[in-house]
Amino acid sequence: MNLEYFVFGVMFVMALGASLAMLFARNAVHAALFLVVTQVALALGFLLQGAFFVAAVQIILYAGAIMVLFLFVIMLLGVDTREALIDPLPGQRPLAIGLGGLLAAEILWVAVRGVELAAGGEDQATALTELNQNPGNVKALAAELFSRYLLPFEATSVLLVVAIVGVMVLARRIGRVPNTGTGAESASGSDKEGAAA
Amino acid sequence: MIDLAPYVIALPLAGALLLMIFGKRIGKAAGIVASAAIGVPFLLALAMLVDLLGLHAEERSVIVTAFEWIEVGDFEAAARLLVDPLSIVMVLVVTGVGTLIHIYSIGYMHGEARYARFFSYMNLFAASMLLLVLADNLLLLYVGWEGVGLCSYLLIGFWFERPAAANAAKKAFIVNRVGDFSFLIGIFVLSASAGSLTVGQVNAEAGGMAAGVATAAALLLFGGATGKSAQIPLYVWLPDAMEGPTPVSALIHAATMVTAGVYMIARFSPVFEASGGPALLVVAWIGALTALWAGLLATAEYDIKRVLAYSTVSQLGYMFLALGVGAYSVAIFHLVTHAFFKALMFLGAGSVMHSLKGETDMRRMGGLRKAMPVTGWTFMMGWLAISGIIPFSGFFSKDAILASAWHEGQFLLWLIGAVTAVLTAFYMSRLYFRVFEGKLVTPGNLHVHDAPPSMAAALLPLGALAVIGGAINLPGALTLEVFLEPAVGHSEVPGGIVPWILGAIALVAGVAGIAAARFLYALPSGQKPLETLHERFSPLVNATQHKFYVDELYGRAIVLPGKALASFCANFLDARIVDGAVNGVAWLVGQSSWALRRVQTGYIRNYALTFLFGVVVAFSLLAFRGVL
Amino acid sequence: MSVPPGYYLALAGLMFSVGVVGALTRRNAIVIFMFIELMLNAINLIFVTFSRMWGHVDGQILVFFVLVVAAAEVVVGLAIILVISRRRGTANVDDVSLLKW
Repeated sequence: MNLEYFVFGVMFVMALGASLAMLFARNAVHAALFLVVTQVALALGFLLQGAFFVAAVQIILYAGAIMVLFLFVIMLLGVDTREALIDPLPGQRPLAIGLGGLLAAEILWVAVRGVELAAGGEDQATALTELNQNPGNVKALAAELFSRYLLPFEATSVLLVVAIVGVMVLARRIGRVPNTGTGAESASGSDKEGAAA
Repeated sequence: MIDLAPYVIALPLAGALLLMIFGKRIGKAAGIVASAAIGVPFLLALAMLVDLLGLHAEERSVIVTAFEWIEVGDFEAAARLLVDPLSIVMVLVVTGVGTLIHIYSIGYMHGEARYARFFSYMNLFAASMLLLVLADNLLLLYVGWEGVGLCSYLLIGFWFERPAAANAAKKAFIVNRVGDFSFLIGIFVLSASAGSLTVGQVNAEAGGMAAGVATAAALLLFGGATGKSAQIPLYVWLPDAMEGPTPVSALIHAATMVTAGVYMIARFSPVFEASGGPALLVVAWIGALTALWAGLLATAEYDIKRVLAYSTVSQLGYMFLALGVGAYSVAIFHLVTHAFFKALMFLGAGSVMHSLKGETDMRRMGGLRKAMPVTGWTFMMGWLAISGIIPFSGFFSKDAILASAWHEGQFLLWLIGAVTAVLTAFYMSRLYFRVFEGKLVTPGNLHVHDAPPSMAAALLPLGALAVIGGAINLPGALTLEVFLEPAVGHSEVPGGIVPWILGAIALVAGVAGIAAARFLYALPSGQKPLETLHERFSPLVNATQHKFYVDELYGRAIVLPGKALASFCANFLDARIVDGAVNGVAWLVGQSSWALRRVQTGYIRNYALTFLFGVVVAFSLLAFRGVL
Repeated sequence: MSVPPGYYLALAGLMFSVGVVGALTRRNAIVIFMFIELMLNAINLIFVTFSRMWGHVDGQILVFFVLVVAAAEVVVGLAIILVISRRRGTANVDDVSLLKW
């Protein structure tokens, strides 16, 4: 049992545990915090696999910027939102869990059996290690990104601009009296409404 | 010039379309436009005739291709026109008589609200009829056949505000449909057995057909002819067709369209010959019986147009009798002379109606010859012609028919024909004496005026033709017969003393009919015997006046069951079964939708769940098939 | 002896499934969004794993693109949630059932 396995084990437990905890967290803020834990764990997984730059971006961008945005919106809409434990849609929860389990089983089956069949595998792992040492991880990434992936890269910039403009259009208020109820109504109340609709 | 044959059809067609679209704007000039559209083809036809006469007798059959029409595999039906003696004679009759009647209509239809439409239909009719007679294949002929039927329907029902006219139009159309159905089946039979639909091919193959097939084809074609040419049992529509404007009756229901059946049988005579007797015998007997039957009916009719209608049916019967005894050229001869004198008499009757404000009952008129001399004298020509008085045209053609029947050994047919000749002379004289001779009688003492110039312009030439029309086929010279021989074959005429005796008998028959009518209807002394006759034979008179109850019989035997069937279809089949099926399907869809609607919860999460289900299923399928 | 890639893939699959179940069972729109992020993260892990397997950095570059798309999606999605909650006073997806006839 070497160190890598140990770190992987820690990371496995962290990631899966936190995501399962998300499922059972009734408070949105708790769920967001568990998601941060998951993402940090995933960053660890990236590091383990030699994707240093991606790991850094994961921490800064995901666990940093995006999650802050999430928390910001949660705060904006009201922290005390709690979901009712009973799902108004009959069968939705058991079916979702059952099918989700099936999906997991299938993916596991593929992961365990399918990958071994694929070419490459262990032998190629050293190639990435060499790549990380010779030009360095960031340099290698940059070389690829700004040569072969230049066009998609530019396209993503357009996508971001569109997203920003779209959000501004969506979020502005056009001379309307602000809705007084910034805090959402209690979830149980709206659930009844939903059921009635 | 023969290459111009397509224009003979195209011109009236163009006239019809022009008047149909711009009729309102053309207005009063419509009659002149229409007359030109049929008059020019007449001149073209004359030029074509000259060209045809310039050819050697055996080469007088020219095929003109207008355009390729249908080509499917081995089957082809090009729009080809056949110009030969038979078709050119028909074209000349149609365009010649047609032109005169168009000119007549200018005066007759004057002041009519749908003036342009009338001429549009007339031109369309002429185009269809010309297509019918010029067509080189049965399919094209059938187009013309249906076209004239349609125009007949439109023109009978021209005054569709009158229920009688609308009903007569429907009756004509439906009765014709029965015949057309038979004709169409006949075309199929010929197509299947001859492998082609062109006139030349069909007639060439006819000899090789099995007698049964040929008989079936011939009888089916004849079935079509009985409809269009108003023979037993489908003659009932023609008298009712008199509801249309009189020029229509003259052109369509006397001179041209009703002769389509005669033309068609003459055209496909080899098919009838190939049946080896039975088909021709049927044609002859149906023709003879129709002639007699319609002649009887005409004696009891008081409506002048209906008398003429029955007379037309009767004369058509003569033509079929001639066809049935194999005297095709004689039938065409009678067709031509009949076109002259019957068109003339219809136009004369129209002129009478025109001046008597639409009166058609002969009991309310009399002595009109002095009041309207042009009409009276020309009508007299027609009367003498149809009665078979020498030297008027009808004598020669009718005598030729009777002689042919005698020559074929069909003495019974000859006897029927001779009796009918007496009847013909009788009922036509009855009409003539009642309307034109004696004291002047008009309904409501109307001031009577003679035919206006445009009408007289048609009456006079037709009157002349009724007199001298026989000249085209005088015994001895037989001009028309020789001309027609390449197309319809030679018809035997007895030689020696026999034709003279037969001719004398025919003449005596005509004179006897006239004398009897004069005694009963023109002389004061005839009043009493007439009444005695009516009393003595009152059941027969009664039956005749009710048209032998044929309409009632058809009403009971065919229309009532038809209505019952239709009612069954409408009220049970359609309402219960068809609608039931449709409604049932709708109900099923509605019910299943109601059940399926529950799936559409409107919750996105729910839809996403089905999405996940799809992913899992797809994944499983891939896994099971070993792709993953 | 490094950890076999199958392990990472198994972890990613489990996380993805958890994300699916969460997205289908939770009703708070923001939380559903978080689960979608979780699924995207699982996919990122798969990309990085494949990058190691094949010995080149293309997989890692794809992670960038996923990140960008995720960022754009989160921004727009959160804006939509904001607008909805402003107009209807709730972030519960069951209350937004306009798709229902």
